[in-house]
Amino acid sequence: MFDADTLAVIFIALMGLSVILYAVLDGYDLGVGILLPLDHDQHSDRMVASIGPFWDANETWLVLAVGLLLIAFPTAHSLVFRELYMPTAILLISLVLRGVAFDFRAKAPFSHKPTWNRVFKIGSLLAALSQGYMLGMYVMGFEDSWTAVAFSILSALGVAAAYSFIGACWLVMKAEGELQKKAIIWAKNSIGICMAGTIAVSLVNPWINPDVYERWLSWPNVLWLAPLPALCMALFIVNYLFLKKLPQDNDRGCWVPFVSAVVIFLLCFFGLGVSFFPYIVPGQLTIWDAAAAPESLTIILWGAIIVVPVIICYTAFAYRVFWGKVDDLKYY
Amino acid sequence: MLEETLMLSRIQFAANVSFHILFPSITIALSWFLVVFKIRYNQTGDPVWMRAYRFWVKIFALTFAVGVVSGITMSFQFGTNWPGFMETVGNIAGPLLGYEVLTAFFLEAGFLGIMLFGMNRVSNRVHTASTVIVAVGTALSAFWILALNSWMQTPQGFEMRDGVAHATDWAEIIFNPSFPYRLTHMLLASALTATFLIAGISAYRLLKGDDKRAPKLTLKVALFIAAVLAPVQALVGDFHGLNTLHHQPQKIAAMEGIWETDTQVPLLLFAVPDEETRQNHFEIGLPGIASFILTHDFNGELKGLNDFEGNHPPVAPVFYAFRVMVGIGVLMLAIAWLGSLQLVRKGSVSPLILKGLVVMSFSGWVATLAGWYVTEIGRQPWLVTGVLTTQQAATDIAPGNVALSLAMYSILYVVLLGAYLHTLFVMARRAVEIEEIQPEEVKQAGAYTSKSEVNGGQNYV
Ligand code: HDD
Ligand code: HEM
Ligand code: HEM
Repeated sequence: MFDADTLAVIFIALMGLSVILYAVLDGYDLGVGILLPLDHDQHSDRMVASIGPFWDANETWLVLAVGLLLIAFPTAHSLVFRELYMPTAILLISLVLRGVAFDFRAKAPFSHKPTWNRVFKIGSLLAALSQGYMLGMYVMGFEDSWTAVAFSILSALGVAAAYSFIGACWLVMKAEGELQKKAIIWAKNSIGICMAGTIAVSLVNPWINPDVYERWLSWPNVLWLAPLPALCMALFIVNYLFLKKLPQDNDRGCWVPFVSAVVIFLLCFFGLGVSFFPYIVPGQLTIWDAAAAPESLTIILWGAIIVVPVIICYTAFAYRVFWGKVDDLKYY
Repeated sequence: MLEETLMLSRIQFAANVSFHILFPSITIALSWFLVVFKIRYNQTGDPVWMRAYRFWVKIFALTFAVGVVSGITMSFQFGTNWPGFMETVGNIAGPLLGYEVLTAFFLEAGFLGIMLFGMNRVSNRVHTASTVIVAVGTALSAFWILALNSWMQTPQGFEMRDGVAHATDWAEIIFNPSFPYRLTHMLLASALTATFLIAGISAYRLLKGDDKRAPKLTLKVALFIAAVLAPVQALVGDFHGLNTLHHQPQKIAAMEGIWETDTQVPLLLFAVPDEETRQNHFEIGLPGIASFILTHDFNGELKGLNDFEGNHPPVAPVFYAFRVMVGIGVLMLAIAWLGSLQLVRKGSVSPLILKGLVVMSFSGWVATLAGWYVTEIGRQPWLVTGVLTTQQAATDIAPGNVALSLAMYSILYVVLLGAYLHTLFVMARRAVEIEEIQPEEVKQAGAYTSKSEVNGGQNYV
């Protein structure tokens, strides 16, 4: 049906789709975890309730992304995870901790609840930081140098800020009253760091990677790529100005910050894609070097073509079921 | 190849997969129990079924959460610790794992939210359907991962080109010779694990003086089901063993502790296999029974380990693990029958049996782990029988890194296991103190099956 080269492109697109869905979806729920107030039980219950029905499905996009990397680009998978062995272990442990803390905090003896809240918050923060660190190392082509580490730490902070930002925007949309007011403040505080981080990464990346510099700033590329960062910055500013006006009567526009945060995520991700395509490991391995046997990819592709739209439909259904403001956390 | 890295990778993988399997082995079957409770409630309108549902769905949610996060860890393990595995058989393992994610994981995760939190946001019918879909998802997930694991035991439907396996027939790959046995045996193992957990926790509540109907009802349901399934499991296990004898005779020889090829082989109840001297010490056996079970003839010939020198698994762990599994199977059968007999005769279970059931709450875990150890260690030195050895697949990461990650995982798992067990019993004790049925529930019980809004009774059962 498709030849090997086309299949590699299709699978990198599928993988990109799962990565960006993961970053947005688990991004907001990790963000909510990072923001969890340890001194306000009612608010933390509400916040956890707002992500309760979704976090498991959100993390499944990570499983799909890693699965696709493993299946479609096995050599890249070995290379990436060998380089990122320790950050990966830390990421996994933090995901485990926060996933179980989520349930334990509601079910363990009541006196342990503050401890599990803390585990939930720290787990979320560590997961975001390690993802950011991994992203930084990836962008630096796994270079073994102090600049690479410094850049990766910057990127770790940037990702944690970005997740806090989208998490705060999620809460602005899902919460009411005092919690919503708090969320607006969180969003305003994190948007600045997030914007600074985005600018820093966008400047450092072409500065250290000549290929990326070439791609963005050569003529005529610059012409059709320039709107991308411009739009991104404009959205940051508009979002900030809009946040200052919230909450409005009847809660009008409470969804605007979240939607624009999603668009910002998409733009940044698209920017990364533009920088590195067709490399799957920057500077080392292209998608065509790394792709698995075409017969196996075709088998999965058929499954994906049939199943992914179904998944998107029932995910949309689940979001519709839990549409609107969040109620109290109730287990049935 | 770094010897220490291989050892540490093996231990780390074993630790991760052993921790992970504990939770699916409960959720796979517990999800179907929830379906039964929910449907019985829909049919009878009797609130006791709803209380059973509410209590067990909380335990399900907790177990599922631990299962999911430990599973995510598993999905990273292949690349980090066994790069050779994907390089050699990735063309076969990849699609099977891929289909598991696409068809099973998303299904479970997508409807879990509605099942756990959506009861008053969707109609009763949609809620029941979500419960069924989650149960189907867990079963599907077992289907795919066991297809892969069975293929690794008894591979077929592929050809080797340049040292890499390429699929030639997917039906043969999925329905490989050991798959039907392994799938049935594992689903039954999960059913037994869940029934004994339900029976154990219910018995614990009764012993703590809980005089409500829900724990008595769940105890009864669980005991009756266990009484039926325990003998079926032994039978399926027997067929499984016969099939293994055909495909992996060296594994059976290790399981039975047979060194020399012989006829009239005794069934060893106890022995201490010694790989140095290649014989057993302190043997206690039933003459001719092993031959009879495996060949259905007292004079049947069974191959001994000495016929497979250098190509058979380590004997002692396989031998002991097999006895642990079968021993627990027999215990389960005995206690389930005794308890059921008392229920039928007197309508209640004696305190002694109740205590026994509390002790056996997690016996399913021990048997399931022992079973997996038989299967996986029994396949050594191969990772994929005849295609790839465990050694060839291992990573070349520095041992220090693997040791560090292993230490972190181990601490994490011990703490989580402690917290999980503790929380389960806390939930059981809490349930004892709550009153039978809230007044508002009585009013709503009748109206509930319609689409009306229900928001009462969030309390613990
Ligand atoms: C017989 C059943 C069985 C077995 C042998 C395994 N699993 Fe599992 N797994 C499940 C049955 C299951 C399940 C029932 O579907 C889970 C358990 C938690 C949960 O309750 O869903 C699950 C969850 C689960 C998840 C998270 C899914 C999600 O995001 O929802 C992953 C990534 C894996 N598993 C991966 C693995 C791997 C790589 C295994 C093998 C080495 C493995 N599992 C063995
Ligand atoms: C499908 C992909 C799987 C792969 C690639 C795989 C591979 C391995 C490997 C390499 C070992 C180490 C063997 C040794 O060191 O002796 C092992 C052990 C083990 N595996 Fe699997 N396995 C898979 C599936 C499973 C499944 C589905 C289970 C069930 C939960 C499982 C349970 C175990 C257990 C309990 C051990 C411990 C035995 C030991 O330490 O030797 N495995 N497996
Ligand atoms: C009572 C008699 C039983 C017999 C005769 C029996 C037989 C077997 C055999 C022969 C194997 C190894 C198959 C192979 O790898 O080739 C096996 C594996 C296994 N057993 Fe059992 N078993 C029994 C009871 C149980 C019980 C009670 C449980 C759990 C509740 C259990 C859980 C498992 C599991 C999880 C495996 C590994 C997966 C598999 O290969 O199916 N078994 N059993």
